Amino acid sequence: MYDTGPRTLPHAAGIGYKAPHFADLRADPGPVKWLEIHAENYMGDGGRPLAQLRALSEHFPISVHGVGLSIGGETALDADHIARLKHLCDWLNPASFSEHLAWSTHGGAYFNDLLPLPYTDETLARVVTHIDQVQDALGRRLLLENPSTYLAFEETTMQEVDFLAEIARRSGCGLLLDVNNVFVSAVNQQTDPVSYIDAFPLDAVGEIHLGGHDEDEDEHGAPLLIDAHGSEVVDPVWSLYAHTIARGGPKPTLIEWDNNVPDFATLRAEAARADAHLVPA
Amino acid sequence: MSTQLKSLAILGAVATAIGSIGATGASAQEMEKCYGVSLAGENGCAAGPGTTCAGTSTIDYQGNAWMLVPAGTCAEIELPGDRMGESEASLEADGYMGLARDLPEGLTDEVLAQYRDTMM
Amino acid sequence: MDAHEFTTALLTPDAAPPEGLTDPAGRPAGRRFDVYRNNVTASLADALETGFPVLVKLLGQATFRQLALIHLRAHPPTSRALSQYGAEMPGFLDGFAPLAAYPYLADIARLELGIRRSYHAADAAPLTPEGRDPEALMALSPRLAPATVLLSSAHPVLSIWRYNTEPGAPKPQAGAEAVMITRPQFDPAPHLLPQGGLELARALDGTTTLGAALEATLAAAPRADIAALMTLFLGSAALTLSERP
Repeated sequence: MYDTGPRTLPHAAGIGYKAPHFADLRADPGPVKWLEIHAENYMGDGGRPLAQLRALSEHFPISVHGVGLSIGGETALDADHIARLKHLCDWLNPASFSEHLAWSTHGGAYFNDLLPLPYTDETLARVVTHIDQVQDALGRRLLLENPSTYLAFEETTMQEVDFLAEIARRSGCGLLLDVNNVFVSAVNQQTDPVSYIDAFPLDAVGEIHLGGHDEDEDEHGAPLLIDAHGSEVVDPVWSLYAHTIARGGPKPTLIEWDNNVPDFATLRAEAARADAHLVPA
Repeated sequence: MSTQLKSLAILGAVATAIGSIGATGASAQEMEKCYGVSLAGENGCAAGPGTTCAGTSTIDYQGNAWMLVPAGTCAEIELPGDRMGESEASLEADGYMGLARDLPEGLTDEVLAQYRDTMM
Repeated sequence: MDAHEFTTALLTPDAAPPEGLTDPAGRPAGRRFDVYRNNVTASLADALETGFPVLVKLLGQATFRQLALIHLRAHPPTSRALSQYGAEMPGFLDGFAPLAAYPYLADIARLELGIRRSYHAADAAPLTPEGRDPEALMALSPRLAPATVLLSSAHPVLSIWRYNTEPGAPKPQAGAEAVMITRPQFDPAPHLLPQGGLELARALDGTTTLGAALEATLAAAPRADIAALMTLFLGSAALTLSERP
């Protein structure tokens, strides 16, 4: 339906690109076969960020992952921001473009967080309209990512997994399955993560995310996991990932590590661990 | 000085400058550095520090009577002439968002009101 | 959900979370809402701290953090690219009574924003004297490169900046300073503009020849050192012949 460009993400491990790893990636990327960048960090006019990205794109398929589109927002999408995304995608011709089921702007202000939305017929229709608009503007299929959530809405009438499946069916978008987010949300909402994966439309999944989380608790002593991306992927999330691959087959899999960014060797080791699930034994 | 003499003087000065500038050329290693990484905050999709208190910290702000006490190198720098000085800075904006002189007028009373009568 | 109510509560530290948000047992969200409140507040304060390292050094980290909290609640970002966040800091500091005794802080913020702007500016081939004789050079009509940024301050803004970034830099002395930030390759560097520097920079608009701009500079600043100015402008990639995009 949409032109996805000449390159696609390989069914192998990738990492979130951080500038301190530029030289390591050029010297010996090991199992790292593709890179993901946050779109908003490459919206300048020139200089080193874009020069590095251009150089890396000659060696790696790149996934552009947006964090500021506010697809789940009540108000219309920002035309200027869509234009900047289009400019970046036309310049880079990435292998994939993805965004979040979340919102982050209101009244002209940007809140720099992936804020939650209730799952209702009304919000479903709005998200589908927004995705249609983005896919038409970019001329690309979008992958929509499941969020980490910390609270619930009384007005919610649908399960998240049904909400995402219906969005994909109506808009033709693909899905980005963040397995750590599934685990974090399931603990926070006291639901079963395996059932979530079993109900997820894995055929629509174009990419998987894995990352670390922090452990906290709420004022009643209930566990509250935080999607902090500042540590290694924990064993229960690796198990859930193995279950996902067993059910849906190998998918491009990203290691996300955004806070307390480690040395490249640590990231390579995480990527190798994901890679072991993707290569037939 | 006549116009012609002035031009000759300029020409001589430019020749001096040309002589003092060495050859320049882009080096490949320049791209490898990550100078300040971006010199600015970066967007990401990770959550912050959980339920720690940044979001719920209030400031005991009493308007003009409240002083913010610098604890850094401000204390080492003494510029007596500046205390009464009026800043006349101007930045050639060249279209850059927000750097022009027509910046918002700092804090208004309405904005300040929300910081009054709160506790640290 | 009411987005206005939700975002107002995000930036109002002691407000109750909006109605209709719960934990799995159906109880009001409480600390669960604070997760979002903290994500927003801490990430924006971190972005300001990263973007204004010399302000942090001048004020001290704890004091800067207080300033950042007040600033981010009064001026949340309007751009979704965090690299642009902080453009309102100079104007905010100009009107910020609790720091009125330190009037140079706003210009330090302008300098730090200027360096950031230079870092992300468009690439352009610099005008260099290589292969050109003085007369040919004087007939060209260059303009400031996209990464060249000017700042004129009533304060010793560059001396203060250097005192806080370069080991062994001398203590700043009172006095006005004009600064030109240039980016030879990828890394911006601020330079003190000697007499006539601002006049020359402003005259180089892409339509005026270098010769005419230098004469205008001498007319406005008779004691300007043309050789020093040309060494700075041509040796630091301040100028370009490329067209505006």
